[in-house]
Amino acid sequence: MSGSTTLAGTVGAAAQVVLVAAGSPLLVGVMRQVRARLEGRAGAGVLQPWRDLRKLLRKEAITPHGTGPVFRAAPLVLAATALVAAGVVPIATTESPLDGAADLFAVTALLALGTVALALAALDTATAFGGMGASREMTVLALVEPTILMSVFALSVPVGSTNLGAIVNSTLHEPQRVVSPVSLLAAVALAVVVIAETGRIPVDNPATHLELTMIHEAMVLEYAGPDLALVEWASAMRLTVLLGLVANLFAPWGIAGADSGWVALAALPLALAAFAAKVTLLGGALAAGEVFMAKLRMFRVPELLAGSFVLALLAVAASFFLA
Amino acid sequence: MTTEPTHQDPAARTVADVAPAELPDRVAALLAEHHRPALVAAHQDPDALRVVYLFTAASPDRRTELHVRLDPDDPVLPSLAALSFPVGRFEREMHDLYGIVPKDHPLPRRLVRHHHWPRGWYPMRADAGPPPAFGDPEGPYPFVSVEGRGVYEIPVGPVHAGLIEPGHFRFSVVGESILKLKARLWFVHKGVEKLFQGRVPADALELAERVSGDTSVGHALAFCLAVEEATGMRVPPEAQRMRAVLLELERLYNHVTDLGALCNDVAHSVLNAQFGRVREQLLRLNAEVTGHRLLRGGVVLGGAVLRTVPDAYRLKALGEDVAEIVDLALGHTVVADRFTGTAPLSTAAARDLGTLGYVARASGVDVDARRDHPFTDLGPTLTVPTCDTGDVLARFRIRAEEIAVSIALIGELADGMAPGRIGSWAPSKARDGLASGVGIVEGWRGTITHRVELAADGTLARVKIVDPSFFNWPALPVALNGAIVPDFPLVNKSFNLSYAGNDL
Repeated sequence: MSGSTTLAGTVGAAAQVVLVAAGSPLLVGVMRQVRARLEGRAGAGVLQPWRDLRKLLRKEAITPHGTGPVFRAAPLVLAATALVAAGVVPIATTESPLDGAADLFAVTALLALGTVALALAALDTATAFGGMGASREMTVLALVEPTILMSVFALSVPVGSTNLGAIVNSTLHEPQRVVSPVSLLAAVALAVVVIAETGRIPVDNPATHLELTMIHEAMVLEYAGPDLALVEWASAMRLTVLLGLVANLFAPWGIAGADSGWVALAALPLALAAFAAKVTLLGGALAAGEVFMAKLRMFRVPELLAGSFVLALLAVAASFFLA
Repeated sequence: MTTEPTHQDPAARTVADVAPAELPDRVAALLAEHHRPALVAAHQDPDALRVVYLFTAASPDRRTELHVRLDPDDPVLPSLAALSFPVGRFEREMHDLYGIVPKDHPLPRRLVRHHHWPRGWYPMRADAGPPPAFGDPEGPYPFVSVEGRGVYEIPVGPVHAGLIEPGHFRFSVVGESILKLKARLWFVHKGVEKLFQGRVPADALELAERVSGDTSVGHALAFCLAVEEATGMRVPPEAQRMRAVLLELERLYNHVTDLGALCNDVAHSVLNAQFGRVREQLLRLNAEVTGHRLLRGGVVLGGAVLRTVPDAYRLKALGEDVAEIVDLALGHTVVADRFTGTAPLSTAAARDLGTLGYVARASGVDVDARRDHPFTDLGPTLTVPTCDTGDVLARFRIRAEEIAVSIALIGELADGMAPGRIGSWAPSKARDGLASGVGIVEGWRGTITHRVELAADGTLARVKIVDPSFFNWPALPVALNGAIVPDFPLVNKSFNLSYAGNDL
């Protein structure tokens, strides 16, 4: 939609990246703390993921024998795609200078690129666990991507654009759209795929030590030290970006819009705070929900994801019929 | 007082010397009379190698021993593997530790030995000496590899994530389905049986308590019963009742732990946290009763010590707690779905493999040494729940039902019990020459059997320990046939077998 670069847009995009980069480990910390408290444990504190990252960064880098450039590059690709996604997705401002790239297809492809890089790295280790994890992750990815595309597509039909900023702006101007059947169906579908994509219960268990049950963790078993820190940090950012995307697609209020000059700049801190609050709330709710859920049998996961795809498809259909 | 129960002598053992050639027929006859092989142990006598086969049968309690003498220069036995699968495994164990050769064994591969053990070195022989330097003479274990399109292997362990014991699992997998699983154990073989030798029984009790950390009462009690039979020591009935209480307390805390761990393995952490809460209360109760959270020091030779008698009301409340959490677990659709139909072990397989404990009972094999080989009469309060589906759900349910039975038993046994130490009565008969004794106990995992032989000076000449895990380990790969890889940790937990008790 908007092609011109504004000062507020540039500052906003930079602030988004900084907020996601610094805040995403805290979000993971909050989610773990919520779980711990609900289970009657004291918990390690919200700062623990940052402490873990600091610890890992101080260790020496180790690569297993026989691994090549793919293994070494994957954490960088994963982190880079997550950072770019953080700059592109409308988190604090819809006026990002990268707005032209904030196309839903581009963002989905960016996130998929990171996943594929990690899966290739897992195959590069030539360990049984790496291959197993990669195969499972690809199965999940293949079922998740179409659903993401479908549900955001459903939201884009009324707007007439697949630009994420445009969708968010349009929801800001017509808030009644949020309660439309299209929006509700798409919201449920997206929520399911976000859970799958970020490896949360009931699809994957991020807290398990049982290698044979892992999906995401099985792929990164061979990483250690700074590389592992990068992978963990990038995973936290992906979680934040995906939760943020869900939050702003369905509840965009607080985001800095297409105002000009100092007004827009002044709105940024508020937008960042609103985003932090929304994502924390969503993350906390996800963690609280997880506590009362068990992990699905591996072969039931496709059923769950197929269900979410059907919802997304219905949302697309509804967006045409109810337009 | 006339109403006081009298001392209950263990069932008499019939002992027969058998020539190697007669052995298969004698064993076939015993198996036809519903005996099960409880223990096979090799012994080194001054002039011969001697193998003792202990067979037991229930209702009435029968224990039959067959002793076979072998030429020490050419120790060859006819293999009984065709008659009984567990005996075949005992034969492989004897081969690795004593060098006794089972003739015509269908699976003569090594069982205990690892590839760094020197060839021809048999650690249990009297002349074995200290362990020689490790080499690589045996070579890697010859795993059977499954071939076909898309078949690959997943090697897991022996070092695992998390605090569990070492075992190597080799999965042959196509997609996510398990075609074959081979479990290699004996990574924690430490020569426990040899450590017993030469000790006086009272000094060996501590060792028996530590055979498997979670079964201190079970192994200590089986050891004490065996020594008491060998020495003719008489244990007052009140002491036997105290021991029964301790045995049930051990069953309680372990079963509750397992129920929680099963929920944790399907990622339902709140249920695990709740079972963990109950477990902690049970462990604290254990500490009050014996001074040790894992119940060490409660069973002593000839008697038992209780610091306090467990409060039946407290236990009853905990039992209601457990029942409620179990209902919550089975009422959760995803948890129930993960348990139901997962890795079923058929009744026929469970019987043929000689499984014991909750694994057997979940598959419809009605065995329980508390009823079949009692050291104290538990009366009608003792019920033995069985289930015939043999899946993870059945193993979960059996544990939950056994918890209720255990609590009822403790309530009845503790009624009128006074804390304190109860020692033994004087021996009923004088002991002559080499004496032996057998102790059979239903530990929380299943039937534990100890057999001791005492030298003339009263020290232990040979102790053979059989943990139920030795019988149950082969059932795990059988149950997993056709299961999927991500279900393995759950199924493994539902069996929850001991490595330490198996590897010895």
